Amino acid sequence: MKNLISMRDLKPEEIYHLLSVTEKIEKGEIIPDMQRKLAALLFFEPSTRTMFSFDTAMKRMNGDTIIMSGTKNTSAKKGESFADTLQTIAQYSDIIIMRSPTEGAARFASEVVEIPIVNAGDGANQHPTQALLDLYSILKTQGTLKNLKIGLAGDLRFGRTIHSLTQAMSLFGAEFKFISPSFLQMPDYIKDDLTLQNVKFDEIREMNGNISDLDILYVTRIQKERFADPEDYEKVKGSYVLNRDMLSHVKDNFKVLHPLPRVDEINTDVDNTKYAYYFSQAKNGVYTRQAIISILLGEV
Amino acid sequence: MDQMKTIKVNAIKNGTVIDHITAGKVLKVIEILNLADDSSVMIGMNLNSKKIGKKDILKIENRELSKNEVNSIALIAPKATLIIIKDFEVDSKASLELQEHIEEHIICPNPQCITNLESINSKFRIIQNTDVTARCVYCEKKYLLDDLKIKI
Ligand SMILES: [Zn+2]
Repeated sequence: MKNLISMRDLKPEEIYHLLSVTEKIEKGEIIPDMQRKLAALLFFEPSTRTMFSFDTAMKRMNGDTIIMSGTKNTSAKKGESFADTLQTIAQYSDIIIMRSPTEGAARFASEVVEIPIVNAGDGANQHPTQALLDLYSILKTQGTLKNLKIGLAGDLRFGRTIHSLTQAMSLFGAEFKFISPSFLQMPDYIKDDLTLQNVKFDEIREMNGNISDLDILYVTRIQKERFADPEDYEKVKGSYVLNRDMLSHVKDNFKVLHPLPRVDEINTDVDNTKYAYYFSQAKNGVYTRQAIISILLGEV
Repeated sequence: MDQMKTIKVNAIKNGTVIDHITAGKVLKVIEILNLADDSSVMIGMNLNSKKIGKKDILKIENRELSKNEVNSIALIAPKATLIIIKDFEVDSKASLELQEHIEEHIICPNPQCITNLESINSKFRIIQNTDVTARCVYCEKKYLLDDLKIKI
């Protein structure tokens, strides 16, 4: 693996390898040493959480980071091309971790520079490190990635996290329940891919009463701004909020995941149940990113 | 019968014949070849074809196509045959083939795609199932080939 750009590039065995390195790092069986290694964090779109997670991952391994954060390619104003910016940064650093609102930016970067590129999100396209930390969380809580029943709730139309996770889990024989308002439902191009792969899925408009057969419920936020009419938002939002009362009939191994930040789609009364896993999931993100960086830099 | 056929194909002295164009696509071929100005062209539409059912045909006088032009036409009419005519004779004949990787010739319809925001060439991967689709290598969006804008 030379870069991490898209979940589409990964074969199941590469995913398993990455997750097993993640597990060994978490357990302290592998202690990667990134002393004298420098990661350039290029965030052309702000995302404090993702940036902190990578920064932490690098520093936990004694590595260092340089951070460039801004709303757009900061050199663009001076007339420097994106390719030149990347070439220059690549002279200083050992690995580039980049986030951009432009779809395909990370793929392009990987064609321009020799050092490894990690895609930390490119517009509505891919966010593979999030997908991998989600997979790690699923593997850790379920003991397997195979043949699980996964509910995805909230904004399924615009959520790239949801799309990457769906693609990835379909490699492992998952069955899906898509729980969303109709106009935020899973896009056709994803559903078409699933149909081609004979993956089973149901589309449902209500969370309550539909989670008792699930192994994993992945909740995302429905943004008010997506609705043209605020009244429509008020009408539907209650159908996609998880609370403690809804957990009385769930399976014993059931876990709730969320990419965070949460607003009110998971009631805080869920937090101290054994089903809540979203904060551990965030912690898993650091281990997963440590594994990704270590593998790309050939340290493990 | 043989003579009829010969006349049809050799009706131009020098130039290019594009045969077996998917029926209905000849105007698109003319458009991307920019033939509206000064070239003499002959168009046949909805002709019967043993090979592909219905076909269009295009004959262009005094013009050879560049590799780029040929690649673009393959995207519009993947079953087409390219015939070069020299002095009323068939000089060469070749079937067009849809390549798996297409650079430059397709414009990605996604406005957020890097190929539309930086000055870089598009790259598409062609997937042939029941429908022919093309996936952008950069933004990864998938489109029906027929819905895409082709350029030279
Ligand atoms: Zn694109």
